[in-house]
Amino acid sequence: MAAVPRIIVVGGGLAGLSAVMKIAEAGGKVDLFSIVPVKRSHSVCAQGGINAAKNLKGEGDNVDKHFDDTVYGGDFLANQTPVKNMTAQGPAIIDLLDRMGVPFNRTPEGLLDFRRFGGTLYHRTAFAGATTGQQLLYALDEQVRRHESEGRVTKYEGWEFLSAVIDSTGVCRGICAMDLRSMEVRTFPADAIIICTGGNGAIFGKSTNSVVCTGSAQSALYQQGVSYANGEFIQVHPTAIPGEDKLRLMSESARGEGGRVWVPRNKNDKRPAKTIPEQDRWYFLEEKYPKYGNLVPRDIATREIHKVVYENEMGIDGQPMVYLDVSHIDRATLERKIEGILEIYEKFVGEDPHEVPMKIFPGVHYTMGGTWVDFNQMTNVPGIFAAGEADYSIHGANRLGANSLLSCIYGGFVAGPNAMTYAKNLPATQGDGGHAAEKLRQLEMNNILLHNQGSENPFKLWRELGDTMTRHATIVRYNKGLREADEKIVELLERYRNINLSDKSQWANTSFAFSRQLYNMLQLARVIVQGAEKRDESRGAHYKPDFPDRNDADFLKSTIANYDAASDAPKLTYEEVDTQWIKPRPRVYTSA
Amino acid sequence: MAKKSAHVEKPKPYTGSTFKVSIKRQATPDAPSTTEVFNLPYRSGLNITSVLVDIAANPVNASGATTTAIAYDSNCLEEICGSCAMLINGKARMACSALVDTLLHENGKGEITLAPLSKFPVVRDLAVDRSVLFENLKAVKAWVPIDGTYDLGQGPKQFPQIQEQRYPLSNCISCTICMEVCPQFNDSTNFVGAATIAQARLFNLDPSGAVLKEERLRALAGDGGVQECGYAMNCVQACPKQLPLTEAISDVSRDVIVQQVKDFFSL
Repeated sequence: MAAVPRIIVVGGGLAGLSAVMKIAEAGGKVDLFSIVPVKRSHSVCAQGGINAAKNLKGEGDNVDKHFDDTVYGGDFLANQTPVKNMTAQGPAIIDLLDRMGVPFNRTPEGLLDFRRFGGTLYHRTAFAGATTGQQLLYALDEQVRRHESEGRVTKYEGWEFLSAVIDSTGVCRGICAMDLRSMEVRTFPADAIIICTGGNGAIFGKSTNSVVCTGSAQSALYQQGVSYANGEFIQVHPTAIPGEDKLRLMSESARGEGGRVWVPRNKNDKRPAKTIPEQDRWYFLEEKYPKYGNLVPRDIATREIHKVVYENEMGIDGQPMVYLDVSHIDRATLERKIEGILEIYEKFVGEDPHEVPMKIFPGVHYTMGGTWVDFNQMTNVPGIFAAGEADYSIHGANRLGANSLLSCIYGGFVAGPNAMTYAKNLPATQGDGGHAAEKLRQLEMNNILLHNQGSENPFKLWRELGDTMTRHATIVRYNKGLREADEKIVELLERYRNINLSDKSQWANTSFAFSRQLYNMLQLARVIVQGAEKRDESRGAHYKPDFPDRNDADFLKSTIANYDAASDAPKLTYEEVDTQWIKPRPRVYTSA
Repeated sequence: MAKKSAHVEKPKPYTGSTFKVSIKRQATPDAPSTTEVFNLPYRSGLNITSVLVDIAANPVNASGATTTAIAYDSNCLEEICGSCAMLINGKARMACSALVDTLLHENGKGEITLAPLSKFPVVRDLAVDRSVLFENLKAVKAWVPIDGTYDLGQGPKQFPQIQEQRYPLSNCISCTICMEVCPQFNDSTNFVGAATIAQARLFNLDPSGAVLKEERLRALAGDGGVQECGYAMNCVQACPKQLPLTEAISDVSRDVIVQQVKDFFSL
């Protein structure tokens, strides 16, 4: 047993920082690794808010209803016990954030204000303008900076996780990481590690995710024997701004504050949007879902928009876009509540959404699947924990808006203390715990990459991967296409061996670091498409027109992918879902 | 106070098939800098970060020689993470929100120049080391010293007016553009810069954060502190998130003086 447990946290977004705070507070020592300065982590992009059933609007909301909405919204695929725990802790987490100085919007009385979000009928979402993720990340970053200045936390910013160090008995003893400036590869000892490395949107090329959201760490662990669950569940957000380099999120809060989705009833209507009278507009979500209206869960809104564009061929000007309209809402309200996102639209599109409806289309947004964890957030490898978007718990087949910030903080708050408990009971390392061997393995991988003499460019391979994944593994999936995608990924893995880096230097070599990530993206992409191909049903974000219904008899199960080294491919098995609290029922949003 | 929304002219389409980008490059912190020119195929809707990915996917310069991908910092690509600040056509701004169509018209030459921020040590090419800002934030204790993360019930009530004062300050993305453009931010003054002062103001305004107000003000008194500000107002004009920086500086200045008087008379 270590006198003072030493824990490594990988990733400095909300989940990672939450874990760090808990460990530092409990007297542990933390080494925090992050590719970017933690204040620049992807959590900063979250916009709309964070859910907790505080019931401050006299609506009779409570944590059980939040629990039910989350499980139902996730189409019953999530293990229910962690969801129950998370929703129960929601109000206390909001209170804590408030005490940390998060500038949440307020009511005239000075209480926290709440807005509506998708998949619920209650005002349950606390928010700080439309930059809630930024405000939460900063609050946690500040708390961790305080711990850092007091010597409990050491930050390794600009270091990339390469792999876990696993000893001969299969127990994790630390990590291997690479300094992205000096390119030095080093191992770091730890009694436990917590992986909080977010989602894997980069596998789809363009997404709403940040550049670092490659899933590389989760994939590296999967290749080392850590199970990966529900990989096929990828959320495509209904409202993103199509862009040349990325799909910029247009928060659900735009609809929470009254924004309406529509297209002209006549697809040849060439009038400017503002001049099209009410009766000539088709508010297709409100029409089909009178109760939830524009605030149906994301998978449903996304499919409806997709249908309007591709089946009804009613996209604006024949383009894959529909209107998201907030121009009827008064300017003062918009400025107070969602100015941040309207600014993004204006800056990148050059049109003022206060005046003209925004043009949006769905974009890959959130990774519901992830590293498999038990209810203590520990993976199947002792000493490796995971939390946040990187793990598979909580959201099932579809995540409800504003549940991600809560699940990240909850996951970190569970993983941190459990890692401490685990570390305190950990027997001492035998020998070097596998450190030398792991470092050697990583250096060899680097050597091969640096000395390849082929003709492939890693960024071009990545674009091909993104095109394939977006075409076959997003909103609508067919088994034939999924099989084609898998074949394409195998081809890309083959071509990966012929990467020729134009830059072979050993200082801040970004193409080199990217190539390491790319290999892991390719391996994880196979988990996504194979999981999707095998799941012959439609559930949440996973939709197959050939199997349009949910099939609980065969597929009320989590997909578990384990890497098989012999075939260099995933092996899929299934695990029962914990449904002990709420009996699965049909998921229907057209009525109550 | 609500911010004015940023009205941006919709850029006119560029008519050329290629465009020229000149990039100031530097292989290591100690290496001499050089300029490399690229001729790139034009597409509408490009921003500077996508230009840099295009170069990485086809690293060939204007003279047809194979070169290396450009090193630069980026992450969110939507101007909220603060990573990609650089000098674009000589002006400090975020690369992700710098649109090629606009830039090509800007200097009338149909050409874009990129260079690293000039006041921070170059790591490589367009990537610089801005860790000084995070050190400054430690010095002013930019946090609320909560008792613990366990459940201690609700925070203090706070009127919307306080939130409306704090929220704009809390939008700082730590891009350091305010420091880059500040004539006083240099080695001879050691000025902390506007971003740090604004964060001190943010936490002094918080009902619980105010417990450290005196310490923050003392940290901002004297050499390198708020008094170094020369009121050039460059910061407030250049800030991509339109923070009320000069207002924060004058508020903190006043508070620092009051604190100094109190300290002098041991009040």
